[in-house]
Amino acid sequence: MLKQTALLNLSWEQRRKLTGLLFVLPTVAFVTVFFIIPLIMTIYMSFHDWPLFGERAHIGLENYQELGKDRQYLKSLDFTFRYTALVTPPIFILGFILASLVRRNIPYIGIFRTIFFLPVVIGLGVSSLLWVWMLDDRIGVFNKILLDLNLVPKAQLFLGRPNTAMNVIILSVVWKTVGFTMILLLAGLQAIPDELYESAEVDGAGYFRKLIYITLPLMRRFIALALILSVIGSVLSFDQFYIMTRGGPRNSTISIVFWIFNNSFTYFKMGYGAAMSIVLLGILVALTGLQLYVLREKE
Amino acid sequence: MTAPAIDARAERSQQELRQLRRRIMLMLRYVALIIFAILFLFPIAWSFINSIKLPSEALAVPPTYLPSEISLDNYEELTTYGKIGIAQHVYNSTVVALITVAGSVILSTLGGYGFARFDFPAKNVLFVMVLSTLMIPFQSILIPLFVMIVRIDLHDTLFGLSLVYITFQLPFGIFLMRNSFLAVPHEIEESALLDGCSSLSILYRLMLRLVLPGIVTVAIYAFINSWNEFLAALIFMSDQDNFTLPVFLTTIRYGIWGDVNWGALQAGVIVSIIPSLVIFLALQRYYMDGLMGGAVKN
Repeated sequence: MLKQTALLNLSWEQRRKLTGLLFVLPTVAFVTVFFIIPLIMTIYMSFHDWPLFGERAHIGLENYQELGKDRQYLKSLDFTFRYTALVTPPIFILGFILASLVRRNIPYIGIFRTIFFLPVVIGLGVSSLLWVWMLDDRIGVFNKILLDLNLVPKAQLFLGRPNTAMNVIILSVVWKTVGFTMILLLAGLQAIPDELYESAEVDGAGYFRKLIYITLPLMRRFIALALILSVIGSVLSFDQFYIMTRGGPRNSTISIVFWIFNNSFTYFKMGYGAAMSIVLLGILVALTGLQLYVLREKE
Repeated sequence: MTAPAIDARAERSQQELRQLRRRIMLMLRYVALIIFAILFLFPIAWSFINSIKLPSEALAVPPTYLPSEISLDNYEELTTYGKIGIAQHVYNSTVVALITVAGSVILSTLGGYGFARFDFPAKNVLFVMVLSTLMIPFQSILIPLFVMIVRIDLHDTLFGLSLVYITFQLPFGIFLMRNSFLAVPHEIEESALLDGCSSLSILYRLMLRLVLPGIVTVAIYAFINSWNEFLAALIFMSDQDNFTLPVFLTTIRYGIWGDVNWGALQAGVIVSIIPSLVIFLALQRYYMDGLMGGAVKN
């Protein structure tokens, strides 16, 4: 009642303004507390020596200077970029093959689309737990099949060597994420009018000419989006390395997020972790900027 | 035979040939589809098959392809696994997911309505601020988030973790709900406004039904994302009693409770996969709406 009388003094328009603000207020509060403030704090913390407990000290750019001397940090950057460069092409190519296969609305095609997409809704953490078990040298099914088919002389330690570890992790991530790329590319394929293909066929164009002159140029925005989202996801990867290899063998699979995690939450060097986060943030903002630029472009 | 007749026959056989080729291509397409489908389903099926083996058989070296006996013992072992058994962790994950769903739906609906239908100072700035969250993934601000959660005494609580999850659902939710409200014609509210209904009661009694598909989409994403999330849950929870399902399963894999019990682990994998799969399969249309709305149009 009290509120109503106070509101009566406001004009209808003012009241609408106030109501609108009240509607968005909770969201704005959440975003401020759990996003804007932490973002500013990341910058602030990166200039400090910030242990979990005890005295924190302003140390200027020292954390950033240390980055250049941190060999594991440089190794992690290198590993993350290498992983991203290696995992993106198979996701994209298989995604494109699957999208082409499920493109036409032939009978039962919905079932196949659903099956290829299923792993996307499984968590990466859980799928990593599934794969680390399938890849085990003693009780893993891959070794069992390879041995039964006489393809390998003895059980392989897939996750025990840097090269094979990278390859099998890529295999697991492709399985987990390719459905997402498939759906994006499928939307792109379906946006291309059939008539274009028909007239190209009349002109005697084969599959590859149609692919190069019609399909790829017309769906380039979808391709760009699929690639960028896949690159961003790969740069941020953590779960698969933490769970499947624990960063090994010989610290060869510690991604950048993993190294930030170790520094901040194992060694509790949070200021240093914040400095690394700022670098990661820079990389991501550049990638997202690229994404927005590509999508902004009008056909 | 006259020339035209030969032509007609040649054309007919060519047409038949083309049709035959098309049929073969279609068959090859199905063969490829089926091979891929088997490869994609294999890991899930294999996990399931092993989860219903006897625990001793699930640990056999080398593994058997098919269970010699079907048993639910692995699932039963899970109920007493670790410090408190899996039920507590299923409960933790469920509570976090439900708070995240409720929070995301309520905030996105209110906020989406506000941004779609009202004019107020700084509206565009606030809208861009909310959406900008999309550009910066939470991995890069985890450290201060952790510091802050500790400071407001919500560290190691399911509620604190849910608050963080809600925040990162908001840009998608606001974007989607704002579009849902924009798609509703103005006339629908106008008469109610003239009748002097309050904005909240218009939203509740009139609009909610019309934007229900958007709400379902927001809810599905909030559920699946919070149910599956690993890194934040790993960092924010320190007491094992509070671990969500993926974090708990990782402790099995890390051998914290002794030798890795692979049979129980796969039972746990199946338990954590089922809710996401069921929700996705039942509400696939809404899920795909969100994918297209969230990824392509923004």
